[in-house]
Amino acid sequence: MIALEKVTKRYGRQTVVDEVSIAFGGEGVTALIGPNGAGKSTLFGLVGRLLQAEAGRIVVDGMDVASTSSSELAKILAVLRQDNHIAARLTVHDLVEFGRFPHSRGRLTLHDREHIENAIGYLELEPYRDRFLDELSGGQRQRAFVAMVLAQDTKYVLLDEPLNNLDLRHMTEIMRLIRRMADELGKRVVIVLHDINFAATYADRIVAMRNGIVVADASAREVMRPDVLAAVYDTPVDVREIDGKPVALYYG
Amino acid sequence: MLDRTPTSTLAPVRPRRTWVGVLIGVLCVVLALTSLFVGVSDVSPTSVLGGGADGNAAFLLVASRIPRTVAVVLVGASLGIAGLIMQMLVRNKFVEPGTTGVSEFATLGMLVTMVFLPGLAVVGKMGVAAVFGLFGTWVFLRVVRVVPVRQLVLVPLVGIMLGGIVGAVTTFFAYRLDLLQSLGQWSQGSFATVMQGRYEFLWIAGLMVVIAWFAADRFSVIGLGEEFATNLGLNYRRIVAVGMVIIAVITAAVLVTAGMIPFLGLVVPNVVSLIIGDNVRRAIPWVAGLGAVFVLACDLIARVVRFPYEIPLSVIVGIVGAALFLWLLLRRRSRAH
Repeated sequence: MIALEKVTKRYGRQTVVDEVSIAFGGEGVTALIGPNGAGKSTLFGLVGRLLQAEAGRIVVDGMDVASTSSSELAKILAVLRQDNHIAARLTVHDLVEFGRFPHSRGRLTLHDREHIENAIGYLELEPYRDRFLDELSGGQRQRAFVAMVLAQDTKYVLLDEPLNNLDLRHMTEIMRLIRRMADELGKRVVIVLHDINFAATYADRIVAMRNGIVVADASAREVMRPDVLAAVYDTPVDVREIDGKPVALYYG
Repeated sequence: MLDRTPTSTLAPVRPRRTWVGVLIGVLCVVLALTSLFVGVSDVSPTSVLGGGADGNAAFLLVASRIPRTVAVVLVGASLGIAGLIMQMLVRNKFVEPGTTGVSEFATLGMLVTMVFLPGLAVVGKMGVAAVFGLFGTWVFLRVVRVVPVRQLVLVPLVGIMLGGIVGAVTTFFAYRLDLLQSLGQWSQGSFATVMQGRYEFLWIAGLMVVIAWFAADRFSVIGLGEEFATNLGLNYRRIVAVGMVIIAVITAAVLVTAGMIPFLGLVVPNVVSLIIGDNVRRAIPWVAGLGAVFVLACDLIARVVRFPYEIPLSVIVGIVGAALFLWLLLRRRSRAH
């Protein structure tokens, strides 16, 4: 499990994550939801040691993130941030290969190559493996990034808004793949989502944040209630049952 | 299955463009051989082998032509690599030591040694220049941190301005101290004075290329950005520091032996990037080879155009490099629209 104990992060005088204590990363998919500026991405940054917390402790499977070597953590925890801008001209294969870096340190064994092949196959990137990233569509590029963290072969996979800038088809495609990764490969996926209906459909557990604190943490069905969602997003949200599934309506 | 050796079977098929690579290799060898036998004195394979009693041709070959050719190859290869590494560190295709103030800082270092330590051996001069270059790299990376990564053209502009300021300071003091002429020696690249005993520091630059090759994958990962690198368990700062040292030492070694050679670090990695991409491990031999070809060709032109006189290499490099750079810029634009 990824356990946070009273973790606090401030930017200047603004507290973005406020004494958060929570444990997540159980089996299946956990969705992290909340309005802009709630502290979701910052929380990911802290867990992925991309940011330093002002106070508190983060422990991943008994390893303190602050004191464990970065290369050890890279073997059990992968974080994919949002808006990945890569200036270098790399092929899909190159990128996925770098995902093996924590294990191979640059010298690929046959075992590493198998992981690379599997990740490419799993994300259906076979036809594009020799394409440069700047020659791909948004959806294909996002799949390439997910393939890279999949090749990293970690127990925990943290994805920060992987659906950003994708159209309907590609959003669904990515979410299905993430669900499969959890079900078939036993990955413990934690994912930041803006579309709460995707969260309700694909996640086992939903954690909601607002103003740097966790305001809800329960199963998808329990969080998908008008009063809870209205409190999280500070806007009226209607929830209807369609085919036995809760669907949030927030368009009116 | 797992204990087999890590070879063939699953080896990926990738766009290697092998024939271009072979062409670069062949060109490199042909130009290097030509470089050996071009010059005022008659040095040809027959005259070297035929010898004659004085063995003058053989002496010239060993004392002047071979050092010059080796120096040209080392400079071309290492400057290309310095540009490549810098582009990975900054994540911008338009930077190289010459557009980031690093060369100017190294030149300032040379001026400082001339003023305060005039008796210093060349190694010492190179060391001081390297330290100044390192400082320059650090300053540039600091300044660039506030410029958004996506501002492609702003980053080199900032670097050029930084270099302009440092260059102005250097020129001012050189003028006041009556050292402008000595300074001109370095700001204009040339291999005319290279001979045995005066180029060997370039092997240090060659060593940097080897180090860069060993750390190639790390530089590729650095090129993905700090967050990717950290996620993959890499010590971002340490690799950046190694890269800075490589850049500074190469810049300083080239400066004390051949002088400033503009555009090369910019143009060569960009051309290679177009052909095979930016995976550093794959790009390094290409960049080194093409860099060597580039300088070999320019040096040959510089020696032949006004035969038997030489014109400064930096003039030829400037013309050819600027033309190539313009082409790269315009090509990029036409693709964007």
